[in-house]
Amino acid sequence: MKWKLTAIATALAFVMTSGIANAAGELNLFNWGNYTNPELVEKFEKETGIKIIITDYDDNDSALAKIKVGGHGFDLVVPSSNYVPIWIEEGLLLEARPDQMSNFKNLEARWQDVDWDPGRHYTVPWQWGSVGVMVDTAVYNGDINTSSIIFDPPPELVGKINFAPEMADVMGTVLRYIGSEPCTSDKAMLKKARDVLMAAKPNWLSMEYGVIEKIAAGDLAASLYWNGAAFRARLKNPDVHYGYPREGYSLWMDSVAILKDAKNVENAKTFMNFIMVPENAALISAFARYANGVEGSVKYMPEDMATATEVVIPAEFVASGHFVPACSPDVQKIYTAIWTELQK
Amino acid sequence: MATTAVTAAKMPPDTAVPDAANVVREVRKQEVRRNILLSTPALIVIFCAAAGPLLIMLVYSFLSAGPYGGIEWKFSIDGWFNVFVQRDIFDDTLSIADAHVSILWRSVKLSLLTTFTCFIFGFPTAYFIATRPPERRNLWLFLVTIPFWTNLLIRTFAIMELIRNQGVINTVLTSFGLIEEPIQMLFTDFAVMIGMTYVYLPLMVLPIYASMEKLDFRLVEAAYDLYATRFKVLKRIIVPLVKPGLIAGSILVFIPSLGAYVTPRILGGGKHMMLGNLIGLQFGQGRNWPLGSALSLTLLMLVMLALLFYVRSAGKSTGGSHG
Repeated sequence: MKWKLTAIATALAFVMTSGIANAAGELNLFNWGNYTNPELVEKFEKETGIKIIITDYDDNDSALAKIKVGGHGFDLVVPSSNYVPIWIEEGLLLEARPDQMSNFKNLEARWQDVDWDPGRHYTVPWQWGSVGVMVDTAVYNGDINTSSIIFDPPPELVGKINFAPEMADVMGTVLRYIGSEPCTSDKAMLKKARDVLMAAKPNWLSMEYGVIEKIAAGDLAASLYWNGAAFRARLKNPDVHYGYPREGYSLWMDSVAILKDAKNVENAKTFMNFIMVPENAALISAFARYANGVEGSVKYMPEDMATATEVVIPAEFVASGHFVPACSPDVQKIYTAIWTELQK
Repeated sequence: MATTAVTAAKMPPDTAVPDAANVVREVRKQEVRRNILLSTPALIVIFCAAAGPLLIMLVYSFLSAGPYGGIEWKFSIDGWFNVFVQRDIFDDTLSIADAHVSILWRSVKLSLLTTFTCFIFGFPTAYFIATRPPERRNLWLFLVTIPFWTNLLIRTFAIMELIRNQGVINTVLTSFGLIEEPIQMLFTDFAVMIGMTYVYLPLMVLPIYASMEKLDFRLVEAAYDLYATRFKVLKRIIVPLVKPGLIAGSILVFIPSLGAYVTPRILGGGKHMMLGNLIGLQFGQGRNWPLGSALSLTLLMLVMLALLFYVRSAGKSTGGSHG
């Protein structure tokens, strides 16, 4: 008899707690790791009473694969600009019409209409940045505004180089380095790109995420990586500097989108509108140290953001930055073949 | 059961014998039924959790890859074809998939090395524990299992803290003036092997201990009385008698090493893949699920070959000891 009572009590407790959670409302955010400011989450929860549950991912493709399988329970996802068209084409996103939301006017004009989401029918900017080279200048003191740091490194850096295993970014950078374009279908150029990568590989140490601590601690001396991470590394170790390859470098914008099978659509829309408020967007940037695309958010950010060369691209390098397009499946196949060969 | 027994007892004496047989048969039948019933949940779990996914993978490996991951319901043997053969992306010539072969070879090599180092460290440990007084053995066994209390990821990061350039080992060596520059250990095959050895060592110690515990140490004494050297005792008495444990331990270490994902990912630095990472790539950035499925099944077949080898060698050794 006693166990029956216990069972009933447990069941009741379970029903009650889940009931409470539903009443307050929740929001399941599927975002890149080490990317969401806990203060932003706290502020949102306090203002709206909606509880945010964050799950991390490491790269665009694993996020895409996980969502495609279904049954994930997420409401929001943050794909990069070059992946947004794929998400839309695969029918995974809800046409949430952020362009009609009340805070949409806060976006900088250049982000109100973008190639990867014409008219902003699906996505809202989270953060944007570049793929460049971060270098420990205590180890190498020469010119760092070139991707030859990675592909034809100076002797001081040999054996201490890392690059982010994000295929599209690496392939884009190497193709620009040899004077071509990302996603080119020109096989001669792709072959040359492969040869450059294969020849450079013995000079590298690793292909890793989580570089900030390692370069600050001296495990690495250079990496092809993202600008905000380079900024965070510099705050830990003032010798770490970020270079913009003059051969051309990639720009990206991670964008918040609502999933078609989201369970908490209204909460997700509330969140989208919430992050277009300058004070809130500033919180996003204050944590991960990337620019966010909301007009007037800079004045709410830590002071060092306004002058950091990692965030504010110096005028002389602005022209070499380009957004990476989404590659066709055929080019993607060649990318993967090169990628596998590179890691064999 | 009780009711059948009672009815049997009420029967007249002359029919008691065939009835007793009936009762026994009835009881057995009930037992069988009960056993089937009791094992049903386990069988369902095994079927759903093991056979189900395997079947899905088998089906997937014969389909075409979707353009952005996933599969298309169109029959194709490209997945299996690409496991072994690659079409050159630039001039369309066919050749052996040399990237896959070298990744496979690295996995097998590192797994064998890991098994060997686990044996080198595990065998003396098991011997030590087995020769302690019986009441103390449990304490030692308990100590061996302590690493299992912590998550694999955390243990792997702990190893990283030890071997990184500014880590404990390099700092100590440098401060004693034994080395000038830190030794590069992190992000090498060596690091992967150290990590896997640490993680899988208990899986080697426990089965060897189980065999060693049953070892009759009077045999060892007898061998010494007959002027056997220490090495001879080890080679002719101890090793043959604990062989089943040795083989079980080796298999338990070798198989998970072969499919390891986390350790090579974190300690290997991602520059050199192992099989687990190659499979992971196909389901992620590679967007080639059929190839990933075919590669997983290839790994499965490798494991089955290793097990087959185990069954055969274990069979031989037990046959010997029974004689």
